[in-house]
Amino acid sequence: MDKVYYFDNNATSRVAPEVAKEMEPFFNELYGNPSSMHFFGGGNQKYLDLGRERVARLLGCEPSEIIFTSCGTESDSTALWSALRSFPEKKHIITTKVEHPAVLNVCKHLETQGYRVTYLPVDGTGQINLEDLKVALTPETALVSIMWANNETGVVYPVEEAARITHAKGALFHTDAVQAVGKLPINLKETKIDMLSLSGHKLHAPKGIGVLYVKKGTRFAPFLMGGHQEHGRRAGTENVPYIAGLGKAAELALNNLEKENTYVKDLRDRLEAGLLKIPNARVNGGGALRLPNTTNISFEYIEGESILLMISEKGICASSGSACTSGSLEPSHVLMSMAVPQTYAHGSIRFSLSVYNTQEEVDYIIKEFPPVIERLRAISPFADGKPLFGMDACDSHSHKH
Amino acid sequence: MWNYTEKVYEHFKNPRNVGEISSPDAVGEVGSIVCGDALKLTLKIDKATDTITDAKFKTFGCASAIASSSALTEMVKGKKLDEAAKITNQEIADFLGGLPGEKMHCSVMGMEALEAAIANYRGGKTGKVLLGHAEKMVCKCFSVTESAIQKAIKVNGLHTVEEVTNFTKAGGACGQCKGEIEKIIKDYWAEAEHKKFDSMTVVEKIKMIEKVLAEEINPKLKADGGWMELVDIQGQKVKLRFLGMCHGCPSSGATLKNVVEKELKERIDPAIEIEAE
Repeated sequence: MDKVYYFDNNATSRVAPEVAKEMEPFFNELYGNPSSMHFFGGGNQKYLDLGRERVARLLGCEPSEIIFTSCGTESDSTALWSALRSFPEKKHIITTKVEHPAVLNVCKHLETQGYRVTYLPVDGTGQINLEDLKVALTPETALVSIMWANNETGVVYPVEEAARITHAKGALFHTDAVQAVGKLPINLKETKIDMLSLSGHKLHAPKGIGVLYVKKGTRFAPFLMGGHQEHGRRAGTENVPYIAGLGKAAELALNNLEKENTYVKDLRDRLEAGLLKIPNARVNGGGALRLPNTTNISFEYIEGESILLMISEKGICASSGSACTSGSLEPSHVLMSMAVPQTYAHGSIRFSLSVYNTQEEVDYIIKEFPPVIERLRAISPFADGKPLFGMDACDSHSHKH
Repeated sequence: MWNYTEKVYEHFKNPRNVGEISSPDAVGEVGSIVCGDALKLTLKIDKATDTITDAKFKTFGCASAIASSSALTEMVKGKKLDEAAKITNQEIADFLGGLPGEKMHCSVMGMEALEAAIANYRGGKTGKVLLGHAEKMVCKCFSVTESAIQKAIKVNGLHTVEEVTNFTKAGGACGQCKGEIEKIIKDYWAEAEHKKFDSMTVVEKIKMIEKVLAEEINPKLKADGGWMELVDIQGQKVKLRFLGMCHGCPSSGATLKNVVEKELKERIDPAIEIEAE
């Protein structure tokens, strides 16, 4: 394969070579079931313990507070359902308009099951207002679920403060921290966060492993029922190789935390500055505190899928919040909630970096991008400065709000 | 990732006929920047022969929107207007070796731009697909009219709301009109099914025949002092009997052919076979 310029780490990240090496024995000689009584299976228990300890260190919590799951989505679903089953008398949930579908679509389903859901709005920078949370909280509220950082824009939410506010009103607090873990320092011991979701493949472990952190003393109801694994909190034979791999990835992430906030951040800033030299480009969420690895840039008058396919020809991998890439017909719910101007909304490109990116790669993108944008603008009927026909003929945005 | 054909990629990467014809004879504009795709088609038309001599496009949209526009311009060049007007969205998609289901609306956009351009040339209209005031707007988010939905159902044989959304975008945003779309689909097919006499129940068949007899046929026969009644139905065969002055009338054979059979075939189903006792 030709050189791949991989800038889509919020979608998924490469498995670190150290992680792959850590997992390898479990696909060969160490295939035992940790629940077995014999030395061969039972001996694998220690690898689960090690994985749990390493993840706990990354999150700043106790190993006993870690439940291994199959993915971030499972962790999110478990957290939401657990809160509702633990407090059956409470029928209200608070979340945000910009959550990942793993939370948002569960909430939409819950609305059809007799629950009330409040979706907190965001401002033009993509940030929530904690005053809105205070107003929304009632004695009826079972759970508040707010993501730690947004996958599309990288905007970081004040979850620690939100957890304090939530606790004061007697509700549980969950955060989908899939994008934040490994990029922001996290010390759960110091917070009022009751539950946190993590996904392995966003931090250089493989796909198919996740974690739900549940603070000691938090009421909990399992999502998957069956065997006694994970102390009866998540049934199913433990995924030993992936848990070992995730443990290694957590160790690496802790070691790389500073690098994420210096080296990776500098690369991101360089990329952003380079691309903003293109006329009629803007950063979405640029005004808020953001993850060090993410930038979401919109190019006016052109459409994201076209940009992605053009740069894909040059080996560049990124993603877009445009309607066409998602298979839906509207631009991303995150950008719509932020009221990104209509002329920009369909032309967003997200770059998400990792420690494996280099300055050389960033400079390649800065060099290759302008001709692509210019080419698509030459095809676009809007880009030549003439009046925009049909600006109001299909105003899905104003219709929605 | 979309499963685009090689031809879609080829037309996306090397689109034909990009641009705008200066002083064009026809202009067609559809979509908007808010919708996420828009197309401006300009045509040069030879007035003596009514032939499209040149076509250019400018498109805002995804790869399949650009490829569909490029395909459209290639397809219409050199065609007489009457021929060009017959191009369907399916033919645009076929030209590209097919489009993913969710992207069929890109080919519909091409067809609509062409319709708008031809209307612009013939009627001197603005060439924009505007919200017709008499037209019923079903999907307000994407400005899709009832007739546009009916047309998509008819041309492409659509049966589900999801398919209608893929082809027309209707129902793809807030989703409030999904119930209405479902009804349009149901009504369309109910009406289409209606015409299949063979698939009706016996009671439906009897009611249909009696209705046409009472409303269309007998009033005509009454003028000559006669009437008809239904005797039997077997499959598509309808057995009738002449009564009153018609009974034994020498011209009843011609009446059967020219009046009775014609009415029943036209009103119910051309497959119906008529027999007089």
